[in-house]
Amino acid sequence: MKSLEELKKLRDESIKNVEMRNTDKDIRVVVGMATCGISAGARPVLSAFVEEVSKRNLSNVSVVQTGCIGMCTLEPIVEIYAPDKEKVTYIHVDSEKAKRIVSEHLVNNRVVFEYTIGSENQQ
Amino acid sequence: MKIFRSHVLVCGGTGCSSSKSALIRERFIEKIKEVNLDNEVQVIGTGCFGLCEEGPVVIIYPEGSFYARMTVDRVDEIVEEHLLKGRIVRKYLFDESAREEKLKALSEVDFYKKQKRVALRNCGLINPENIHEYIARDGYFALGKVLTEMTPDEVIKLVKDSGLKGRGGAGFSTGMKWSFAAPNKADQKYVICNADEGDPGAFMDRSVLEGDPHAVLEAMAIAGYAIGATKGFIYVRAEYPIAVHRLKIAIAQAKELGLLGKNLFNSGFDFDIEIRLGAGAFVCGEETALMQSIEGKRGMSRNKPPFPANKGLWGKPTIINNVETLANIPQIIIKGPEWFKSFGTEKSPGTKVFALGGKINNTGLVEVPMGTTLREVIYDIGGGCPNGKEFKAVQTGGPSGGCLTKVHLDTPIDYENLTAVGSMMGSGGMIVMDEDNCMVDIARFFLDFTVDESCGKCTPCREGTKRMLEILDKIAEGKGTMEDLDKLEKLAVNIKETSLCGLGQTAPNPVLSTLRYFKDEYEAHVNEKRCPAGVCQSLLKYIITMDCKGCTKCARICPSGAIEGKVREIHVINQDKCIKCGACMEACTFHAIIKK
Repeated sequence: MKSLEELKKLRDESIKNVEMRNTDKDIRVVVGMATCGISAGARPVLSAFVEEVSKRNLSNVSVVQTGCIGMCTLEPIVEIYAPDKEKVTYIHVDSEKAKRIVSEHLVNNRVVFEYTIGSENQQ
Repeated sequence: MKIFRSHVLVCGGTGCSSSKSALIRERFIEKIKEVNLDNEVQVIGTGCFGLCEEGPVVIIYPEGSFYARMTVDRVDEIVEEHLLKGRIVRKYLFDESAREEKLKALSEVDFYKKQKRVALRNCGLINPENIHEYIARDGYFALGKVLTEMTPDEVIKLVKDSGLKGRGGAGFSTGMKWSFAAPNKADQKYVICNADEGDPGAFMDRSVLEGDPHAVLEAMAIAGYAIGATKGFIYVRAEYPIAVHRLKIAIAQAKELGLLGKNLFNSGFDFDIEIRLGAGAFVCGEETALMQSIEGKRGMSRNKPPFPANKGLWGKPTIINNVETLANIPQIIIKGPEWFKSFGTEKSPGTKVFALGGKINNTGLVEVPMGTTLREVIYDIGGGCPNGKEFKAVQTGGPSGGCLTKVHLDTPIDYENLTAVGSMMGSGGMIVMDEDNCMVDIARFFLDFTVDESCGKCTPCREGTKRMLEILDKIAEGKGTMEDLDKLEKLAVNIKETSLCGLGQTAPNPVLSTLRYFKDEYEAHVNEKRCPAGVCQSLLKYIITMDCKGCTKCARICPSGAIEGKVREIHVINQDKCIKCGACMEACTFHAIIKK
């Protein structure tokens, strides 16, 4: 180790792995991972969220899984909880959509309406 | 670096390891592979989580689900439900966290709520066998800061300003200790980490070493820079194999990354650390005896002065710091002395780790700010005495400390207060006793320990403690006199004043403090030939009450044929024949046999 900068670089690489163990985060991305969700393709969705959130260093976001949300035909379902905001429910999510949700909703704070459950009802 | 979506943290501290946490970890790894989750879920062994009573402990992130009393059988279900399908298996969660509809976060559980984790901040959170996880938690930044931005004098001043006191027991200012060694000119100086934790029931230092070994290595290098030492020794007992194993890994990893070795941070400062295994003699926790032991001699204490800071290891200036003391240092450097002083009391800033044991519900490891009361530690965090028994006393400071009673429950814990009430902080062992403990017996237990562990160099400790033990034996057998009590006290005071080292100077404390607060129990043993708690065998009497149904079971089971009586008639114990084994009491279906 020759300098503090070198150590900082090492820390920034390592922190992504440990960051997840902080349970004190504001925003929660919940992916439905019951049998229905998994068979509809929730697994790559979950992975996509985990990777994107980590890549963009969104240390305020935790990605967790949950059981059956109840509307199996709309799976994979992803719900996003943030303090003082209404829950947003995305349906038929795939890994491409997941990436867009991360960049628009989580980074730029713009809900991707066309993927939400609300847009389905209007069709 | 590979990113996992979930981490399974399995406690690998000594407590959980002894209840087979290694097998649980293996099963997690196997099962996760079976269901093809090994690319998504990482299994990690950690140090102690603290709540040893509920071990083996497993925590799954990102949810932070706290699975308690885990078994290998439960692993498959948890993997299939929690990790595969995202359903937390509530029935296996730690009871308190799952009691209400909404799951309680770990930090909200009573056991953790009042704690403040400084020395233990990484224990149970990082993988101690992976230096990257320590670095991710700002590890080695304090060393980097010290070497690139501060002079040794500034480091010493900072540590002095923080008010940190030695956590090994004596409570001497750490900064002062460093400042004594720094100005001494010598071709070689040493830093020693004292990990010879010997108090019965104490496991604070072991847990720090097992859970966060790099914090100790980093602090030793900082200490080395401050006093001008290039060589460090960790003196750790061989009976801590997990701690030794992780230290070895940690040293190797630190060397590989150039965080130990030559020219650290390009500052020209070299520092190297070696491990020395102790054979487990209690006296080797005393600094002069410890140095003798490192030098390869028999561990015996010597006179001070010369103090180690002037003439220590191999006659060179040396500082000796306890594990927990060192674990505080990196954070004091990073966050500053004012931060450290923001908790604790004015004279004793910071936190203290305690190992809770004995008659207490939540056996385990806790870290609280100084000034927390005994009541908060024993009741709010520890959960009180099990089975509704009444709290009687708490022994702090191990064989060197004393017993405190109900009246002290609201005493804020710090060095000054505990000494004022006749005990001491010690290294942090806290053994809780309930109504079933006899205080004469407790005093005897600790004295028996110090008699065994006396190195034998000075007469007061070698002979005096032995004589004290003999008097206690006499009292416990019901042969003591009131004169013996006076003699005991006199002897205790003499030994305290005339012994060579800390071992002898504190060995009489358990006797003195029990004499002070539980004189009535001693007097009951002497005058009434009675042990109020029903512990001292010679003074016990087993008696059959009117509840006896005359089933003859006790008479048949008695190994000495001391019980007589006819079928369906009340039986009687012949006290002359009774050997007080208690077999009859255990066997009686009607609870008709009592001991008095």
